[in-house]
Amino acid sequence: MSAEPFADVPREPGSAKPDSILIADSVRRSFGGLVAVDVSHMEVQRNSITALIGPNGAGKTTFFNLLTGFDEPDTGTWHFNGHSMSGASPYKAARRGMVRTFQLTKSLNRMTVLENMRLGATGQSGERLWAAPFKFLWREEEAEITRRADELLARFRLDHMRDEFGGSLSGGQRKLLELARVLMGKPEMVMLDEPMAGVNPALKQSLLAHVKGLKDEGHTVLFVEHDMDMVHEIADWVIVMAEGQIIAEGPPAFIGANQEVIDAYLGAHQHADLGLGA
Amino acid sequence: MSTADATDQATPNVIDVRQLVGGYTADVNILNGCDLTVGPGEFVGIIGPNGAGKSTLLKAVLGLLRVRSGSVWLHGEEITGTKAHELVGRGVGFVPQTRNVFPSLTVRENLEMGCYLKPSRFRERYEVVCEMFPRLRDRASQQASALSGGERQMVAMGRALMLDPSVLLLDEPSAGLSPMLQDEVFINCKHINASGVAILMVEQNARRCLQVVDRGYVLDQGQNAYTGTGRELLADPKVIGLYLGTLARATSG
Amino acid sequence: MSQILSNGLYGAIGVTAIAYCLAAIGLNIHFGYTGLLNFGQAGFALVGGYAVAMPVMNWQWSIWATIPVVIIASTVFALLLGIPTLRLRSDYLAIVTIAAAEILRLLVSTPKLDNVTGASDGINSFTNDIQNSIPGFLRGRSVPLWEKQISEYEMWVIMLGWFLVVVFSLAVWALMRSPWGRVVRSIREDEDAARSLGKNVFAYKMTSLILGGIVGGFGGAILVIGQRNASPGSFQTQFTFLTYAIVVLGGVGKVKGPIIGAMIFWFIISFSDSLLADWTDRTGFQLPTWVMDSSNFSFFRWILVGGGLVLLVIFRPQGIFGNRKEQVFDVR
Repeated sequence: MSAEPFADVPREPGSAKPDSILIADSVRRSFGGLVAVDVSHMEVQRNSITALIGPNGAGKTTFFNLLTGFDEPDTGTWHFNGHSMSGASPYKAARRGMVRTFQLTKSLNRMTVLENMRLGATGQSGERLWAAPFKFLWREEEAEITRRADELLARFRLDHMRDEFGGSLSGGQRKLLELARVLMGKPEMVMLDEPMAGVNPALKQSLLAHVKGLKDEGHTVLFVEHDMDMVHEIADWVIVMAEGQIIAEGPPAFIGANQEVIDAYLGAHQHADLGLGA
Repeated sequence: MSTADATDQATPNVIDVRQLVGGYTADVNILNGCDLTVGPGEFVGIIGPNGAGKSTLLKAVLGLLRVRSGSVWLHGEEITGTKAHELVGRGVGFVPQTRNVFPSLTVRENLEMGCYLKPSRFRERYEVVCEMFPRLRDRASQQASALSGGERQMVAMGRALMLDPSVLLLDEPSAGLSPMLQDEVFINCKHINASGVAILMVEQNARRCLQVVDRGYVLDQGQNAYTGTGRELLADPKVIGLYLGTLARATSG
Repeated sequence: MSQILSNGLYGAIGVTAIAYCLAAIGLNIHFGYTGLLNFGQAGFALVGGYAVAMPVMNWQWSIWATIPVVIIASTVFALLLGIPTLRLRSDYLAIVTIAAAEILRLLVSTPKLDNVTGASDGINSFTNDIQNSIPGFLRGRSVPLWEKQISEYEMWVIMLGWFLVVVFSLAVWALMRSPWGRVVRSIREDEDAARSLGKNVFAYKMTSLILGGIVGGFGGAILVIGQRNASPGSFQTQFTFLTYAIVVLGGVGKVKGPIIGAMIFWFIISFSDSLLADWTDRTGFQLPTWVMDSSNFSFFRWILVGGGLVLLVIFRPQGIFGNRKEQVFDVR
């Protein structure tokens, strides 16, 4: 974990980062009387791995949905690479380079793993109606996409499932597929919503390695998680949300010791062995 | 905790699973012959990789899916394929992973639903359950949907306890909860077990699960891979390497 | 019996089968491939049928000039349906399409518009151009289909109709195997996943609605040309539901599905119609009159068809060409 970009960043909610890829201001979303999200300022450092943690109902997934266009805020603006993204529909956000995964994996069940992967590629001329019926127009592009897909599948050790339906994959395999599929589009920022949920500990290791690899390749990662082991292992920076607001920011060790975070989220038993006394 | 064998005439095991083979569809078996016992008052955990068949095993015990071969026993009587609603009446409590409370009903009403087979015992059981989980009494007239995830888990477990079961089957009770709430769930399970109720728990959070259980089973590809006490499994390097992951930070001692 | 069988065969390849086949190809694009719950395919067929009949009757157009009218009218109808509803949940499209098809049907039935639409009796003499275009090798003869005789006009329409079926099926095949088709199929599986991968879901759904609507429109066109009559009675809600039955029978999302589905479906309808007529006409083998008689046998064949569909859904839900494995997966 390189801490250099974060060396001088103040450990406060909404602190400014040296080179922010995503900046959000005054984002607010309420459902009826309940304020789900109330973020006054947030910045995500480029080419870092940032974790977004907090209790259930803190607004993390709602915040994700707002940033990626899957939900509309009451107020607020945010900029990605300097471009204003407020009001952008999800597919436009994705094309700009902000790609997200979902808490409940969306593997396309009745399509094969390979088809899932091919779908992830952007800028396909074969996806236009006029070009579609004429195979010679998109054949080469498709071959290149297939080649890249096979490469990624091999890297994620899913190549043996290449021609199986997405619906026949196990839960952990679907997580891998969704991550690999996202990479097909060469996104700048990858937003993962609870990537480790339902994944058994041994598989977590390889998923973590993949996520770390994303940073090495120049991507920015923002992920929501409950798994503190994962957070400590790979996050450069942690943002803590509770009741819709950001209550703390800092490197993982700092956050793990922060009393407010312990009270709201981590609990007093974080490092205890529950089998003894408790 | 002594692991009473099925041949022990004095106290038969609460649950016996023998060579269970089964699955959801006709052509694919998820369980490929697994064995399991839960002695009276024991706390038993099941961990293992995704797709290993952990939840499937629970559902097979409850008669929720087709058992191709093998058998399931409750207190020494065979119950293979017996419908779930009958088993509830025979002292088996079940808390599924999702949709385990009635969101539009209040906490008290949820607990009432848990007792509907024996409504005359409601008062008495309500006191016992609220004694164990005082927060349920505090929130008695709140709608279940308004509760946090951890509190909903508490309601779900309380509801399963209303019929005074001899064994509680839990399917990933800590799923989707924050670290603090997960710890609470595991502590609650220990309290329940301390009151004499046997527990069979499937868990993804292998480390915490093995810390609190008496014995554990590691399931892999529908078969038993490892078994032992919780402590033994926590310390076993093979189990750590294959199932716990070296990220496990708490001590295993 | 051979008479009955040839009636069945005639049903399988005749104008009605072709019309429903085209409607089913269109509905297969909507529902089979894209997952759109269009319950107004009868409306698209009506639009296509009247797009042919009205210009000829009212403004003396050549019938061939109405081909672009069919396309444009179907497109407009699709836009009217799609723009308000495609961004909402699929149930809204279902409700709106049922209502729209019925509105159209009532619109063309109303006596107020009689001079433009022919109201309930419909439009009749608009097929002269087709008659005049019958090629030489068909002229002056009736074509035998086993024991059935088909007139030259009808044979010509049948040939034109199957030509359209082949052309549209090829187009569907080419589209659906392409990346465009892949996006469409992904929308059927999970719209949000497609959006999160940068696909403009609304545009694809709209395009699919238009394309399927155009093919449905041509189904209506063939129907009115074959029957030599365009009237609202041909386009009731039943049309939509029979088309669904054909799509499901053939196998949802398969190119050959609508073709084989339509042929088998109409074979069974015509065959059983003929058979039951024979068994209640007081000659030869007879069914006891308390079971059925000549006045009600035509209802019974629908009961049989309904029962057959129920059995199909229970025992072979994937239809003829469908893949059993695909049925296993949970679909939202």
